Amino acid sequence: MASSSSIRGTNRNITLDRREVVSRILQDRGDTLLVTGLGAPTWDAAAAGDHPNSFYLWGGMGGASVCGLGLALAQKKRRVLVITGDGEMLMGIGSLATVAAQRPANLAICVIDNQRYGETGMQETHTQFGVDLAAMAAGAGFIETDTVWTMAELEAAMTHLYETPGPVFLDVKVTDAPQPMTLPLRDGPALKHRFRQTLLGKA
Amino acid sequence: MARKPVDWSKDVFAILKGEGVKQVAYVPDAGHTNLIKACRADRSMTAVPLTTEEEGVALLAGAWLGGEPGVLLMQSSGVGNIVNMLGVARECRFPLLILVTMRGEWGEFNPWQMPMGQATETVLEAAGVILHRADDPDRVAESVRSAAAMAFEGGRMVAVLIGQRVIGFKDWTK
Repeated sequence: MASSSSIRGTNRNITLDRREVVSRILQDRGDTLLVTGLGAPTWDAAAAGDHPNSFYLWGGMGGASVCGLGLALAQKKRRVLVITGDGEMLMGIGSLATVAAQRPANLAICVIDNQRYGETGMQETHTQFGVDLAAMAAGAGFIETDTVWTMAELEAAMTHLYETPGPVFLDVKVTDAPQPMTLPLRDGPALKHRFRQTLLGKA
Repeated sequence: MARKPVDWSKDVFAILKGEGVKQVAYVPDAGHTNLIKACRADRSMTAVPLTTEEEGVALLAGAWLGGEPGVLLMQSSGVGNIVNMLGVARECRFPLLILVTMRGEWGEFNPWQMPMGQATETVLEAAGVILHRADDPDRVAESVRSAAAMAFEGGRMVAVLIGQRVIGFKDWTK
């Protein structure tokens, strides 16, 4: 039985499990290039299965979205997906403007939003108090933005993550239920080399 | 008598082109005006204006993952904004070429620019960035050439600090 919670100013219950969400999203990744934000999104992606074109950030809080932008600008024929957390997105909130100004059609940003700083003691983030990340992305100029509360809504949004011309922004509301840490490769040069070797044929 | 100003931006632009730089991330500074203009006008380059300098460090990490070398243009005030993000480049040994125009030193009129300007070298060194100082307009291009080689071939973070002496006095009476 999943725990449920709600957000100030809304009457919608949150029931989605972050591991199930990320696992469902990555099931359809195909040859998508993935960047994950530090903390739980990195553990979620690792739990869903390792891939040489997954670049896991273990630091650099606030940098996941623009890291994805640099990759998307360099690889215009490939889809680039950023999976990050609400706290990480908030720290780099200006990057919504930087991303939108470039209009990268091949970039999607997906925030796994548990309304908590999960690595530091589960303190509330601003989304718990009603800050609407999808609205901020829309205001910045993202082409497609949505907030997802149910598995059915996630299914409907899958096409946005992988096909709709972007930039795409998806905020997925998940519960704050803790999950076991699943740690991927953490050596920076090794992560970089395998990513480039697989994508470019050179380290 | 004032020396005739040397426009170092043309030579620096040619070096960046020669190094295959494709992504030019910047927070504007008056000293970078010509270079930013040249990069924006070049169809083989993508100019990426940032809301804060740290975005540039993360952006260029992603660019390198995708096979594109890049450069970060900024003012010394921005050095204080990038310190934590430099850890990503350092830990992963991402090449990082930064061209910093200095404030808060030679002839500075604004006292509020002094703290960060005077701390710039110490802060970058503490974060593991290799420094080249260019205080003579004729030395800017060769400093950038060296820094680019050390960054892109050597996989290091290298900053060229372009001295306020090169940029010239800011006349704040105008």
